[in-house]
Amino acid sequence: MTSTKKDPVLVVLQLSGGNDALNTLIPYSDPLYLDNRPNVRIEPERVLQINDQIGFNPAMGPIKRLYDEGKVAVIQGIGYPNPSRSHFRSMDIWHTCEPDKVGDEGWLGRALKDLDPQKENVLTGVNFGRGLPRALVAPGVPVASVGNLETYGVLTGIEIEEQRSKALDVFSRVYSPMIGQGPVLDYFAQTGLDALEGADILSTAPSMYSSTVEYGGDVVAQYMRNIAQVHLAGLGTRVLYTTAPYNSFDTHAGEIANHTRLWTEASNAVADFHDDLKEHDAGDNVITLVFTEFGRRVHDNGSGTDHGSGGVAFVIGDAVKGGLYGEYPSLEENKLLEGDLHFNNDFRSLYSALLEKWMGLDAKPIVNGAFEQMDFI
Amino acid sequence: MADKDIALMAHLMRRAGFGATYEELEARVANGYEATVEELLNPESQPAIERDVLMRYQPQWVSQAGLEGQQEEWTFRMINTKRPLEEKIALFWHQIFCTGHAKCEYPKQQQIEFDMFRTMGMGNFEHLLMGLATDPAMVFYLDNCMSHKDAINENWGRELLELFSMGVGMDGHANYSEDDVKECARAFTGWTVTNSVPRYPYGKYEAAFIYDPADHDDGEKTFLGETGNFNGEDIVSIIAKQPGTARFVARHLYNFFVADEPQVPAWQNTPPRDPEAIKMLEDEYYRSNYNIGSMLSVLFNSDFFKNARFTKVKSPTETVVSTMRLVGDFDMPKPGMNAMTLTIRYMGQDLLNPPTVEGWHTGREWIDSGTLVERINFTADAVGNTSHRGVQNIINRLASEGETISPERLVDGCLEMLGAYELAEVTRTELVDLARNEGELRTGTEEFGQRVGQMLQSIVATTEYLFA
Repeated sequence: MTSTKKDPVLVVLQLSGGNDALNTLIPYSDPLYLDNRPNVRIEPERVLQINDQIGFNPAMGPIKRLYDEGKVAVIQGIGYPNPSRSHFRSMDIWHTCEPDKVGDEGWLGRALKDLDPQKENVLTGVNFGRGLPRALVAPGVPVASVGNLETYGVLTGIEIEEQRSKALDVFSRVYSPMIGQGPVLDYFAQTGLDALEGADILSTAPSMYSSTVEYGGDVVAQYMRNIAQVHLAGLGTRVLYTTAPYNSFDTHAGEIANHTRLWTEASNAVADFHDDLKEHDAGDNVITLVFTEFGRRVHDNGSGTDHGSGGVAFVIGDAVKGGLYGEYPSLEENKLLEGDLHFNNDFRSLYSALLEKWMGLDAKPIVNGAFEQMDFI
Repeated sequence: MADKDIALMAHLMRRAGFGATYEELEARVANGYEATVEELLNPESQPAIERDVLMRYQPQWVSQAGLEGQQEEWTFRMINTKRPLEEKIALFWHQIFCTGHAKCEYPKQQQIEFDMFRTMGMGNFEHLLMGLATDPAMVFYLDNCMSHKDAINENWGRELLELFSMGVGMDGHANYSEDDVKECARAFTGWTVTNSVPRYPYGKYEAAFIYDPADHDDGEKTFLGETGNFNGEDIVSIIAKQPGTARFVARHLYNFFVADEPQVPAWQNTPPRDPEAIKMLEDEYYRSNYNIGSMLSVLFNSDFFKNARFTKVKSPTETVVSTMRLVGDFDMPKPGMNAMTLTIRYMGQDLLNPPTVEGWHTGREWIDSGTLVERINFTADAVGNTSHRGVQNIINRLASEGETISPERLVDGCLEMLGAYELAEVTRTELVDLARNEGELRTGTEEFGQRVGQMLQSIVATTEYLFA
């Protein structure tokens, strides 16, 4: 710990597509698990046991290690009332905290507005991936969206460096005078200059970075490495976000093979990231949230599982009080919700705890209401 | 050929289509403006996309139903159609009459819906609403198949009024009441789709609309002040004659084809940007018996349209498609379609999959720091690639002007070739300086092509180029 208090940082890994909670946090001793999963199941002897009832998927060894070190809060049965089984709608609800109407502001967009109201740093929020998740969207909040940190920038297709730098010089000189030329042009010019400035600063991050940690070659690993690079560069970034490839966790078919690969990649990436921060003594002010838009059907469909509800989320970091939070939803048929696990933890409770106890913000206006805060911090 | 004729034609083609190369603009100017409008409004005068060619090269577009394949198919059509307004009007209705891939039992149902937009989209609005009310994709998307005579589901009934025909209000007053929503929903009970065929083992099947009289509430209803044993078609014909509907359609046409308006939910209290233009369109709505094509004819031939150059922010679809048409890429199916089409999503418009039933927020809301970088880099990469046929044509035309050209001429020539774009004076001066500092422009050299490509890149990166 350095003497000056470091600003808390939130990293988010979104598992797009609906991660199968039952095969992630496995109720391996419950006969109903085996009954419901005649084909798409993890055999009990392979489960990485947490206790005599549940355990991690065998592909999650690295996360199990962090769990054993007391750094992982496992949030069981997370969801919201009247669950939507549409990827897009459910992800929107997680992003906007608007389960009843369609919202257009993301919870982290609002958080960024509170963290940096004067927009002093164009890199307060950074997304890794192409296309900005709605979670990060709020009017007037600049968020850089980085497809590839090594090559990120404006006019990156101009290969000759000298030409590109001239073009960028012209870019900034033609954008600046548009400021003040009416609300729309003003907004475009500011957005363009923010993007340029953000890219300029971000481009310094990879060259400042060195580490003994070797990340995997998959997309999640590379983005988690980029997140480490940006965090370690000390650019004042407070929210860093990335997503597993589009709908990759949507395991309707071939689940066992796919899900194993997905969790091997994701848990290696998350653990490598935390090891990397530890190596640089820079992990104490970072918490990682891993979430998905919904869990999957209790009963398998022969080779995969269809869209369901109640899911599982993970909160990981040195500052986290590790352990199991909430109850594992019952698999008894009369306690299911239309064949799905019933949620018993509202995701807005999770967000509220992260926002207030970790980021030091007032959670109510961000999550649209007062929710009991989980005590994992 | 007068520059202003080219500029006006470029404007028409950006709005009524997806832009045009300079050669196409010249040919169209030779034909005349009114004749071009007529041709655009009568798409059947031009050949359709050859579906069997698509089938041969990209069978997955036709035989499968994944989101990305369907996005590719539509993007390919927009790039290559000889009936640009037919695709533009389909895009227009898709942005209003939203259905989403995420909630579609048989995803090709949306393609069937788009074919309806193509064939009926410039016809009678009442007929189009009937088409929509009986469109299996919509019936399912807005749950009308879940609306029963003893348990109404208001989803379709509400959105028909709020998002598809009248809007919540105009001139500061509401256009309908909550009771109207309920009565509307009652009238549409029994408007459903055939039972879905289980997906396994034979795959997915098209749904069909059916009317189930046994599940229809045939009691008396009072809707917008009229009382009767209304069925769905009665509701549609009452809706079609409302002043709110004329206003809503006029304003949507204006917002899409003329100039950016505030977002739709603001229309109840925010007056139109150009009330006289809206009045002209409303009058034509009634005069023509609700004919969209007639309204468009008035619109494209009006001064308010002709004077509205660069008052609209290009949508991601318009950006990508017009760039491909300009540079002449993807004129045949080839590898790379998927990556090119995905750029539209990265720029913020996941075609066939709008974020909500309200569709996409348009205008300035297309732009944020992430989507702006995607937009600039995609466009700059395309126009800077001197191997593209369209870029070659631009280089050759400028080269034909003499052994050397001036820096001013390079800038102005590139602007013309991009569709008579205009820059703020400060912007133009910067670009002229850039050209001048790079040295004399000798058209016979290999370097000349690169210089043109660089200038095109700098132009498409400006704020001015975000507009159409």
